[in-house]
Amino acid sequence: MATPTMDKVEAEAAASDHLITVTFRIRRFNPEISADAVWEDFQLEIDPKERVLDGLHKIKWDLDGTLTFRRSCAHGICGSDAMRINGKNRLACKTLIKDINPAKPITVEPIKGLTVLKDLVVDMDPFFQAYRDVMPFLVTSGNEPTRERLQTAEDRERFDDTTKCILCAACTSSCPVFWNDGQYFGPAAIVNAHRFIFDSRDEAGEQRLEILNDKDGVWRCRTTFNCTDACPRGIEVTKAIQEVKRALITRRF
Amino acid sequence: MPAGTLYRGREGMWSWVAHRVTGVLIFFFLFVHVLDTALVRVSPEAYDDVVATYKTPLVALLEYGLVAAILFHALNGLRVIAVDFWSKGPRYQKQMLWTVMGVWIVLMVGALYPVLGHAVREVFGS
Repeated sequence: MATPTMDKVEAEAAASDHLITVTFRIRRFNPEISADAVWEDFQLEIDPKERVLDGLHKIKWDLDGTLTFRRSCAHGICGSDAMRINGKNRLACKTLIKDINPAKPITVEPIKGLTVLKDLVVDMDPFFQAYRDVMPFLVTSGNEPTRERLQTAEDRERFDDTTKCILCAACTSSCPVFWNDGQYFGPAAIVNAHRFIFDSRDEAGEQRLEILNDKDGVWRCRTTFNCTDACPRGIEVTKAIQEVKRALITRRF
Repeated sequence: MPAGTLYRGREGMWSWVAHRVTGVLIFFFLFVHVLDTALVRVSPEAYDDVVATYKTPLVALLEYGLVAAILFHALNGLRVIAVDFWSKGPRYQKQMLWTVMGVWIVLMVGALYPVLGHAVREVFGS
């Protein structure tokens, strides 16, 4: 069966007439070359329906192989490509070019508050340390059951929002308190503590509340809502933090 | 090109910035206020002299600024309390901020005559 085909010139025109020229203004830093970070512009032809991550790939693969950034799944699940795009924390793999005004240069910077290692890569160790400190795992006592630990739909619903976290650090690195003092646990750690504190099957809620009652714990939150606005999973982060605060006051959960 | 951009926060972040700035301004006012009131213990005449300078149009303008700072700090403070203690507060923080700004504008218009009326008569004549 014959397949209808376009001639070559026609095909090339059809393939490129939806492309637009976009400037990517990227914050570059390489400690082996200079102690200062600099802005570098890249111009590329790109389909506005593509994502910022696709633009970064084009730059790295075709224009400058030294551009360094993290990405793994590239589909908004692994949480490794959080960066500051046009001044706000977002996942590069979930941000479409057409949604962020491609007429102007698109600025891409590393997330704030964590040490920049190279270009868009930051040291995530302090972030994950805060996460580990809140014991993000199920704690129970007694013999292990021979079947699943059951829970009612309402009990599951109680902490549903905070189970969505992908640990991308978009929230923690959008927090003005965290920028000023990296000792603060940060929204992500509190969200993951919330996930277990309000889980009816877990028995270490009291312990986690005590950890977050620390001077660098939940009370440092100033409710600026940057975390809620930045979360790529739409978690109501500030609401979760406020629930932990209220649980600390009332000790009822 | 700028050295690193400002974080583009939304209503929540800017209301927090404004809350801090007005808080610091009010602190400076209280500092001056304690000093000038304490002056009456030093000498009542000196106190009268200092308070007389407060009747000038420039200080009236500063007073209007003080009213603006205190009103915002007080009203936004109520919003922060609602965010802290009302379970639906975090979800309605933006609406509450716009309510705060609406009430603030109404009260600022209401404060125009009582605070600036005297200064206007002084500058433009009665």
